[in-house]
Amino acid sequence: MGKNKKLCIILLRLLALGTTLSAAIVMATSKESTTVLNLTFDAKYDNSPTFVFFVVANGIASAYTLLVIFLPSNGFIPLIIVALDVIVTLLLTSSISATLAIAYVGKKGNTHAGWLPICDQVPNFCNQVTGGVIAGIAGLVIYMMVLLHSIHSVLNPLLF
Amino acid sequence: MENTDQSGAKPEVVPSRRMPQSKKLANWVILFLRLLALGGTVSATLVMALNKQSKTLIVGTIGTTPITATIEAKFQHTPAFVFFVIANSVGSLHNLLMLAMDLFGYKFDFKGFRLLTITLLDMATIALLSTGAGAAASISEVGKNGNSHARWNKVCDRFGTYCDHGMGALIAAFLGIIFLMVINAISIINLHKKTTSQSTVVSG
Repeated sequence: MGKNKKLCIILLRLLALGTTLSAAIVMATSKESTTVLNLTFDAKYDNSPTFVFFVVANGIASAYTLLVIFLPSNGFIPLIIVALDVIVTLLLTSSISATLAIAYVGKKGNTHAGWLPICDQVPNFCNQVTGGVIAGIAGLVIYMMVLLHSIHSVLNPLLF
Repeated sequence: MENTDQSGAKPEVVPSRRMPQSKKLANWVILFLRLLALGGTVSATLVMALNKQSKTLIVGTIGTTPITATIEAKFQHTPAFVFFVIANSVGSLHNLLMLAMDLFGYKFDFKGFRLLTITLLDMATIALLSTGAGAAASISEVGKNGNSHARWNKVCDRFGTYCDHGMGALIAAFLGIIFLMVINAISIINLHKKTTSQSTVVSG
């Protein structure tokens, strides 16, 4: 029973590693430039600090996941892993919500502030950002399952 | 484990209504932190919900009378701020409920799941509050610094009070999140202590 649970958690963490890494890579490689009359729109992910935050948060999450797969699970280490899991999950959550806020303004604009939507000019950039955010949301859902599993394993040491 | 005395009769068990001293102190600490978290979320909600600034500009003159136009900055103009207000109001409701449960809920029987329920609900509330704060922070950053690549102009140089109030609400929300995280950490430590003491009793 213990070995099955260990295999399950390692598979979940590998899945989380895959999704967060792909979210970071998809967002980081989004780039497009168009020239419309006298305005040049050059859209890259590092034009907005929020997208940079998204890439960095998903990068941290994937690096942390890779590290934790190789840690032993005895003594105080599971407690520390639970605490770090909570922190990483919250980091992922807030990065996704911040990116969605900016992406909403980019798609619909904000007439009261005079901010025009940019998705009509750079549709490929917008689609790639959308794909990155969807991968981030999938990574977050998987990370929540990882978190619940690690909390359960800490609170029931006899079963694990 | 032997629980009979020399004559073979079981000793009397007198239920004591006085809690041990360390448990009382832990309860007071959690209560105080919960009050601080409640203050943070409630003030974030109120300050952002009442965030409004209007400016009148003179756009022209007809003869001697100037024509004025008023532009207004309200929190409803941005969906991120609306979400911020909603998330913080749900968070303050949660804090209020947990406070009431701490103070008046000792009569209810949760069958041993009380601490686990509080911990999980606190975690869910922290996640919700952090999404709200994150979205509002990203929109405020664009409003303060503008985004030259997307041709989005700054808002804060024209609406200084609006931006200051928003900054205050964000700080209050982040403080509420930090206090909730501390409460959550204490609850998890208590849970761990409870399960390790139970497992030693079972195996002893």
